[in-house]
Amino acid sequence: MATQPSSFSDVVTFELNGQSIEAAADETILQAALRHGVEIPHLCYTDGLRADGNCRACVVEIDGERTLAPSCCRHPSNGMKVNSSSERAVKSQKMVLELLKSDSAVQTYNPNSELDQWCDKLDVQTGRFDPREQPKADLSHPAIAVNLDACIQCTRCVRACREEQVNDVIGLAHRGDHAAIVFDLDDPMGQSSCVGCGECVAACPTGALMPSNNVGMIEPDRVVDSVCPFCGVGCLLSYHVKDEKIIKVEGRDGPANLGRLCVKGRYGFDYIHNPERLTRPMVRIDGIPKGMNEHFDPSNPLKMFRPVSWEEALERAAKPLADIRDSHGAGVLAGFGSAKGSNEEAYLFQKLVRVGFGSNNVDHCTRLCHASSVSALLEGVGSGAVSNQVEEVALADVIVVIGSNPTVNHPVAATFIKNAVKRGAKLIVMDPRRTEITRHATLHLQFAPDTDVAMLNAMLHTIIEEDLIDQDFISERTNNFDELKASVANFSPEKMADVCGIDAETLREAARLYATSKGSMILWGMGVSQHIHGTDNVRCLIAMAMSTGQIGRPGTGLHPLRGQNNVQGASDAGLIPMMYPDYSRVDNTDAHAFFSNYWNATLDTKPGLTVVEVMHEAEKGNIKGMYIMGENPAMSDPNLNHARHALSCLEHLVVQDIFLTETCAFADVILPASAWPEKDGTVSNTDRRVQMGRQAVQPPGDAKQDLWIIQQMANGLGLDWQYAHVSEVYEEMRGAMGKSLPGITWPRLEREDSVTYPCFDETQPGAGVVFIDRFPTADGKARLVPAQIIEADEKPDSEYPLVLITGRQLEHWHTGAMTRRASVLDTIEPMAVVQVHPSDCAKLGIREGDQVRVASRRGEVTVTVRADSGMRLGEVFMPFAFHEGAANLLTNEALDPFGKIPEFKYCAVNISAPRQTETS
Amino acid sequence: MSGEAQLYIPSTAASEPGKHRRKPGKARGRQASIEALEQISALLGDSPRNRDLLIEHLHKVQDHHGHLSDDHIVALAELMKLSPAEVYEVATFYHHFDVVKQGEQAPAEITVRVCDSMSCQILGAEALALELTEKYASGDVRIQKVPCVGRCEQAPVAVVGKRAVAQADVGKVAELVDSKATEPLDCSDAVGFAQYCAEGGYALWQAVRNGEKTADAVIAELEHSGLRGLGGAGFPAGRKWRILQEQPAPRLLAVNIDEGEPGTFKDRTYLEQDPHRLLEGILVAMECIGIAKAYIYLRDEYPHIDLLLKQALADLYANFENVPEIELRRGAGAYICGEESAMIESIEGKRGMPRLRPPFVAQVGLFGRPTLEHNMETLFWVRDIASKGGEWFASHGRNERKGLRSFSVSGRVKSPGMKLAPAGITLRELIDEYCDGMADGHELYGYFPGGASGGMLPASLADIPLDFDTLQPYGCFIGSAAVMVFSQQDSAKDLALNAMRFFQHESCGQCTPCRVGTAKAAALMAKPQWDKELLDDLAQVMVDASICGLGQAAPNPMKSVFKYFPEELK
Repeated sequence: MATQPSSFSDVVTFELNGQSIEAAADETILQAALRHGVEIPHLCYTDGLRADGNCRACVVEIDGERTLAPSCCRHPSNGMKVNSSSERAVKSQKMVLELLKSDSAVQTYNPNSELDQWCDKLDVQTGRFDPREQPKADLSHPAIAVNLDACIQCTRCVRACREEQVNDVIGLAHRGDHAAIVFDLDDPMGQSSCVGCGECVAACPTGALMPSNNVGMIEPDRVVDSVCPFCGVGCLLSYHVKDEKIIKVEGRDGPANLGRLCVKGRYGFDYIHNPERLTRPMVRIDGIPKGMNEHFDPSNPLKMFRPVSWEEALERAAKPLADIRDSHGAGVLAGFGSAKGSNEEAYLFQKLVRVGFGSNNVDHCTRLCHASSVSALLEGVGSGAVSNQVEEVALADVIVVIGSNPTVNHPVAATFIKNAVKRGAKLIVMDPRRTEITRHATLHLQFAPDTDVAMLNAMLHTIIEEDLIDQDFISERTNNFDELKASVANFSPEKMADVCGIDAETLREAARLYATSKGSMILWGMGVSQHIHGTDNVRCLIAMAMSTGQIGRPGTGLHPLRGQNNVQGASDAGLIPMMYPDYSRVDNTDAHAFFSNYWNATLDTKPGLTVVEVMHEAEKGNIKGMYIMGENPAMSDPNLNHARHALSCLEHLVVQDIFLTETCAFADVILPASAWPEKDGTVSNTDRRVQMGRQAVQPPGDAKQDLWIIQQMANGLGLDWQYAHVSEVYEEMRGAMGKSLPGITWPRLEREDSVTYPCFDETQPGAGVVFIDRFPTADGKARLVPAQIIEADEKPDSEYPLVLITGRQLEHWHTGAMTRRASVLDTIEPMAVVQVHPSDCAKLGIREGDQVRVASRRGEVTVTVRADSGMRLGEVFMPFAFHEGAANLLTNEALDPFGKIPEFKYCAVNISAPRQTETS
Repeated sequence: MSGEAQLYIPSTAASEPGKHRRKPGKARGRQASIEALEQISALLGDSPRNRDLLIEHLHKVQDHHGHLSDDHIVALAELMKLSPAEVYEVATFYHHFDVVKQGEQAPAEITVRVCDSMSCQILGAEALALELTEKYASGDVRIQKVPCVGRCEQAPVAVVGKRAVAQADVGKVAELVDSKATEPLDCSDAVGFAQYCAEGGYALWQAVRNGEKTADAVIAELEHSGLRGLGGAGFPAGRKWRILQEQPAPRLLAVNIDEGEPGTFKDRTYLEQDPHRLLEGILVAMECIGIAKAYIYLRDEYPHIDLLLKQALADLYANFENVPEIELRRGAGAYICGEESAMIESIEGKRGMPRLRPPFVAQVGLFGRPTLEHNMETLFWVRDIASKGGEWFASHGRNERKGLRSFSVSGRVKSPGMKLAPAGITLRELIDEYCDGMADGHELYGYFPGGASGGMLPASLADIPLDFDTLQPYGCFIGSAAVMVFSQQDSAKDLALNAMRFFQHESCGQCTPCRVGTAKAAALMAKPQWDKELLDDLAQVMVDASICGLGQAAPNPMKSVFKYFPEELK
């Protein structure tokens, strides 16, 4: 018996090839046939894409119909008599295959070509028709080979690009037998607006679109299921391994990606095989000064360090830390863990600092991204995580994206937003830059940077003044509304229009759309959080959701899009100075007692120092020793000259990483670690999904897995840790996270790969929507906190007249340690740029491609000009991934008082001709 | 076919890896220049940027600049919030848009289009095109061979800019070129608004509007008349109205004046005379069925009708109140857009690719709404039938057929033209009674009874009634009643090849049997010997498996050669 369709609410019985079979009401003839084991050739149809019915390979004969029907598009009806194997149907099926095969390339690009497979199955021969004139290959893209001589015009790539990813790069141009797949205006793919997501390659049935360099022809030795190591979306993927090297990545049907990937996830994997990988433990050569001096060379670490055995390295790493601790007391050591590692590593690292260092001086890059979001959320709703998952944009009527460039920073999440817009949702983008997502927006509020509070308060004013509030929700589920109301009374849109640069009517329209829809969802990024008023910005967003009741239901809520693959999990696991795992405050007596007992240790009750604070204290000599795992503060911190100086002040620095990062220039000991595909472990994505990563290959040379290294460091600090397997660490962590993980056991994760928390029962899925009837605050109610306008710390003036906004590019991850060494990614975006509006270019007398000097009060860099009409006048943008033009040399380290997050999104700079270099 | 001269070579990229990669520093993809954005902004003015207006906006750019440049396409895309590919794929689908890539030569200021479909072919189109090409070899005038321009009774036909030239020769064309007389023909003889009203026009619409005449009564007359869809499919008009009445509002009306079937020119002929009669038919249909908005889709080969209808609509809106919205849309050179669902796609601003049915247009049509789609002539008859009664229309007819048919007669007859004749008339009667017989020196050899897609019949079958349903036994159909007569001086085989090349040129390219099938069939038919077995196989699959009527009907002339003109294959 064939398996039954899942829902039989509306069963149709029809006859297929003389057999009576049943189909679900939403099934096509083809789907029902395949389910019953009847093969019908098909090419333009594939799971996950809209059936288009163009290839006609799947035509069947239906009694009473004049012509044959495409079984991929036709739904059976009761009593319908269908024949897929009649002489007439088969004649057409075979002729379609013959016509396509006759026009196909002689060369094989894909050993699994569906066209070839069907031709073999139906014994289709060619030779009766003369082939078409074949187009030339297009090998202009570093990752994708375009061989349209294998193209059958099935448009699967078009649908993948336009309907699934909604990148809208691929078109079907011209017509008739000249109809051709094109990129933009029939441009070479490498010059087109293609974002390299590779969805078209995944969709192509014939090999017309394939990975470049004929990688598609190689049969892998094994395929390992894992999760993407880049952003917080958490796409499930599989690594294809041949001869112990990853040759290819494919998307898997994960809940956060439904098989989709972006260019980083699909083509950014070969950094792990880069020759610059650290493969031996090393210690600083005696007498070589610390710093990014002439001895610092990522391609040749031996100019600064000498290799040693692991035994010696660990001894030289841990002992000085122990000595400093023992002679100066617990507070002089600090550790930076990593949001790029696993939950288990994060858990163990913070435990090492708390138990082994004896202080809470542990932090990671969350401080630099969403710390202010988390502080506002904890204050307002009692939880720092998202209230609703990205996939719920499909249920929202209005989607607000603020301070986020999701097509670049969360590309796969952005596809779901774009899908929602295609379905009919209204998108409101609020961003000082016009980015790709704004093409899909109903409203784009291109407000003046730094004026978030003015703009959002004006919307709150409108919501209250026009009585668009949800009074019941406010009364039952919030505190402090009256204070909010009184505060925003002063912020009428008419008054704020000049402040934020958005006219009053647009502000009102946005407020009305948001407040009155059946479901409105807010997603935000670092444009909101990385300000000295980042916490205030988020307070306003919380107030908007609370005053309109747009939370606690599917398709509503607050979603800070998390940056790193495991920034959510690392924070959950306690890799932050003021909280233990599961956000128990270190100064809370009960929590302190619990963890003292759970870890059998004496714990400090004082919250530790944050990232930027650690740097300040290091410079003052109050922090003397550090252990940094997988973070690169010498690139990622604001005002790098200051941060780098602080690092150079340390008595002892141990860096554990996979490359010789800029931070390594200040290290005493370097411990070569494992890249993500080289280890097992879990990560938690932006949606609160705990997901399983599996080891695909071995770390290179003498590099070791991070979990092992942390344990050795702990033991060198006098602890006695004997974790035999990563699962033991996970289970210990689970035991400490009773508010989140009780129902998510390690065996369950091994089985299911992805489970949402909070989850209290192993047999139940986790809660995708939280705050349904109460908030996890003391009284169960949300606290509304009004915000006043605070100006950026450093405003432009006559000397530094431009505003610098920093951020990321699609291809490059953070400080570039990984992606600058991923061949495809660095080929696409190889150099540091500053994006300037064309009119500003004209005003400054510079042109696209020119080298210019960008300077702030703190530093200067020389970078290449890129014209970008999406910029506002007077504002420029720089990605911070490029060591040769490090944007963070310019940024301002001023902090948000609550989240302690620096103001990466605003500082004053000027642009001028580059200085004459000494060599020229 | 016009294709050869402008054959598309799909990719210009070199095969060298990495070549053509974008320059470092440059942003991804193409960026519109500020200049282009300003130019396109000015052209669009305050017209809406809705996606369905893409083809209209492309016309504005093409009309103003004479072509579509890369920069303008990218700028238009940005202003319409579309991607460049979305604009480019539409622009390159329609042959009246000249996409000129950077580094390519823009077309000459004046284009002369020479029709090379069947009637024009047998009356000397090829020689004319050749002579013109030689005369303007310097390139200051562009000569294009194009499919049927809907003036078959005037064959051979050339079009200078937008000015059509009947019985064209080099001299006539040169005169117009020299004087730059490229504007559409004058239609001042048409019945204007005042005259139309004076002769009782719009009285029917008023009567339906104010309830003097019920919708049911109008539809009943349509049913009594036996009026069937005159675009070719022949679906009973009255029944169609009733089906639409049952659909949920808002309902839409789409009027098909994409008269592209080679040999057909009846819609043009009627509209040149009496445009308001169509508008009244539209208004009555809207009133009877409860239609929210009507769209008229006019083929771009009829620019004079475009002016005429614009004026007629302006007069209508100026003289009546509460006239429902009727929007006039221009096609852009694509035969396939005469197919009802392709036309809907085109009105939505997309490539004119037919939709799969079901769902049917009456249920899910334009913008996803239930849509009444009619050939213009079907609506043109509404006034007469509703006023004079269905019986009046049905009282005509011969050979047991009922009604009137508007035959577009061309080819080797003495007096070609649009002939309103009884349904069921035979070809011989039509030639003798309506066309003054065969042209001098020509004997009837065969004829196309229904344009290029209706197949061919031999002289021996000149006495069968011409109507819906009567020709199926002979492997033909009457379609839009485009009768193209050929003589012993002509070759059925050549005409069949001409027709197949036309279908190859006009195939939308969506489905394999049609896209590849028409190309392979044309190649096989160009060979000295036709491979009957292979062509038969191909024909069956095109008929069985193509999405729409184009591919399904494309093999008809070829099959007719095998069936009725086998001696030409020896």
